[in-house]
Amino acid sequence: MLKYILHRIALLIPTLVGITICAFAFVRLLPGDPILAMAGEHGVAPARYEELKEQFGYNLPIWQQYARYVGEVATGDFGVSISSKRPVMEEFKTLFPATMELSFFAMIFAMVLGIPAGIFAAVKRGSWFDQSLMGTALVGYSMPIFWWGLLLIIFFSGYLGWTPVSGRIGLQFFFKPITGFMTIDTLLYGKWDAFRSALSHLVLPAIVLGTIPLAVIARQTRSAMLEVLGEDYVRTARAKGLSPSRVVGLHALRNALIPVVTTIGLQIGTLLAGAILTETIFAWPGIGKWMVDSIFKRDYVVVQSGLLLIALIVMAVNLIVDVLYAVINPRIRAA
Amino acid sequence: MKKKLAFAAALLAASVLGGMANAKTLVYCSEASPANFDPGTTTGGNDFDASSRTVYSRLVEFKHGGTEVEPGLADKWEISDDGLVYTFHLHPGVKFQTTDFFKPTRDLNADDVVFSFDRQFNKANPWNGDKYLPNLTWDYYTGMDMPKYVAKWEKVDDLTVKLTLTEPNAPMLANLGMDFASIVSKEYADQLEKSGKMADFSTKPIGTGPFQFVDYQLDSVIRYAANPDYFKGKEKIDDLVFAITPDATARIQKVLAGECDIAPYPNPADIGTIKANQDVTLMDQAGLNIGYMSYNTTIPPLDKPEVRHALNQAIDRESLIKSLFQDAGATPAENLIPPTMWSWNKDVKSDAYDPEAAKKVLAAAGLTEIQLWASDRVRPYNPNFQRAAELIQADWAKVGVKAEIVNYEWTKYRSEGKKKDRPGAFQIGWTGDNGDPDNFFATLFACSAIGVSNYSSWCDKDFEDLIQKAKKTSDQAERTKLYEQAQVVFQKQAPAFLLAHSQVYAVVRKNVSGFMMDPLGIHRFDGVDKAE
Repeated sequence: MLKYILHRIALLIPTLVGITICAFAFVRLLPGDPILAMAGEHGVAPARYEELKEQFGYNLPIWQQYARYVGEVATGDFGVSISSKRPVMEEFKTLFPATMELSFFAMIFAMVLGIPAGIFAAVKRGSWFDQSLMGTALVGYSMPIFWWGLLLIIFFSGYLGWTPVSGRIGLQFFFKPITGFMTIDTLLYGKWDAFRSALSHLVLPAIVLGTIPLAVIARQTRSAMLEVLGEDYVRTARAKGLSPSRVVGLHALRNALIPVVTTIGLQIGTLLAGAILTETIFAWPGIGKWMVDSIFKRDYVVVQSGLLLIALIVMAVNLIVDVLYAVINPRIRAA
Repeated sequence: MKKKLAFAAALLAASVLGGMANAKTLVYCSEASPANFDPGTTTGGNDFDASSRTVYSRLVEFKHGGTEVEPGLADKWEISDDGLVYTFHLHPGVKFQTTDFFKPTRDLNADDVVFSFDRQFNKANPWNGDKYLPNLTWDYYTGMDMPKYVAKWEKVDDLTVKLTLTEPNAPMLANLGMDFASIVSKEYADQLEKSGKMADFSTKPIGTGPFQFVDYQLDSVIRYAANPDYFKGKEKIDDLVFAITPDATARIQKVLAGECDIAPYPNPADIGTIKANQDVTLMDQAGLNIGYMSYNTTIPPLDKPEVRHALNQAIDRESLIKSLFQDAGATPAENLIPPTMWSWNKDVKSDAYDPEAAKKVLAAAGLTEIQLWASDRVRPYNPNFQRAAELIQADWAKVGVKAEIVNYEWTKYRSEGKKKDRPGAFQIGWTGDNGDPDNFFATLFACSAIGVSNYSSWCDKDFEDLIQKAKKTSDQAERTKLYEQAQVVFQKQAPAFLLAHSQVYAVVRKNVSGFMMDPLGIHRFDGVDKAE
């Protein structure tokens, strides 16, 4: 098992190197640069531009800039934001809990609806429910998040007035964060109305962010369930005269959930990608919005270090999923 | 330390328990997070709304809702006859804000003023470089040519400051009303330097402005409280909250739902919905900007003013503006400067649409082909260069001129466009900095700006004499006359096709009073009140 884990970790190293190169190159491929972005409408005099390039170290050959960046990152120095002048790591630590909280609730939403829907569709295979569910899942999977988010805001917040439009908590609540998770902090302060406010602010963004994972989980559960339902042991269970609910709930479900658990783990990538748009629409102070802002400001340091940090998290989660999968399913270890 | 913690805990408990039920709170849905709270180091309008216009004051201020300069921290000032020496007399007894992170022991004095500027250019000042924040560029200080014009700042006595210039420069006064010229506390800076927490200067601001900083939750909420010691009197609202909401549609929904009181920059597509709503008012104003198209006046036949006039006459400007700006609208430009700016000449009119007349002149001049430049970028003064180019191309085709559209990415577009020998017509525009006409006329059409930002390569002796004289004259009535004449020359010579000044919008709930649109594009909350 240890050998397997070490093997998986070793595989991550080339991925990491690849990510540093991509993050470094992509942001530089965009037209414009941080100096021009800062100068705005004014532009900047050519002489001053050269001077600033030197100050930022952008006059160095590109490979030297890359080497410097990798050297800094390797020693745990993620740099200082060009625009805000704050350490990237500090901003990341402040903003990451918001993204995690949102992702967590989005995942809960996706699982609570997705798994039962998938099971039901598999059991009633070919029924109108199955077909309409799979159709809806396909729509959900291809839903443009931006449009979906605004639609929900306009309908539920604007027209019906049921949910707040955006933000993390009602503005009347004001306290220093303890954990950075609004739902936990409000409870630590013992304020129920603040907790309720935090929850109500989570509803729409969690639905929006959870929509794609919901579709994926529903479809995955259905197909895993169908596969299992065709297995010999299920037929045996049925032949023994067990009730259909016992066959599905006990014998089939436990086996069907193995690939679903993996899928759920792998959705973390989808969630972080979706967070970029969801957070921008819902004014959610997380790392998705932070990355977008930084790209617009051509803040090279934040973009390259932020991407790297996000990639590290996705990779860590994937690693955990891989290992868990090997634990659940010993056949994998040999492969 | 223990005491401090207990105090903080009590404060937290009070704020959580009490909420803000009894205080009068104004919520502003701002469009972006501020980079930081030191207006000398930032350049964005949203940075300034959150720092200089709330927390700080300046020696001089712009009149609320206008571009005229009025007294700020300086009650009055004298300008020497040669225009080289400015003497400012500070308002006595101005207090810096008292917060839980700073308690001032003295009032504002000349040291603060000298320090506020010295830190922006003096390399020996510890606040100029990396010791304070990494990679400081002081963009506005250099962008407004301050290093070129400022010889020195001196303290005469506690309440008198003297500024000496290298050459007369009347717009200097307007520069001192700009955000980068905000006055900071030297005492606070000294304290932070001593305690080794210099970076706090940009995250926990202390100024003399109408509101004092309370808290900033990164990318989410900024909180201010009315400054009880504000030298112009405490504000009517008790708390000011910025709810950072980057998406324009969400921002407008928030105002409509009553989650915030004021929001800027609605989407043009939402203007109809906003106008139909009973609870909010849509405020608008011609922005401090101009969209235009520069002809290269050095290349025949564009060197002849009548040819340039004819090209202008051939463009159906009304339809063009409608098609480009749609519901958001824009004010057709009669002059280079917008009507909100002082010295705008009301008697000058742009060329009227007259394709028949244009056709004759252009045929006589033998102009059959022209380059028409367009870029990919959305600008406040022109939301779609490409679409504009296509419409102008169609109009010109009707008068027998075939236009070839030249496209570049924005950075390259500008660097190619400003070359002296660039042919044809080049679409561009400008957003003003300080409300001084010089910031438009000299920046965009002075002879010295050729190859920099004079995209017409236009150097007209009459025009140049007028604007240079206006730059060196400190009397505003005199300057107004000179700029009015300059606009007459500009219209006669037509170095460019003037398109429009785009509208700037804000959505305000009906129970808010005293909020004014600002031609400088800033958002100010002093003087704003809210009925419960």
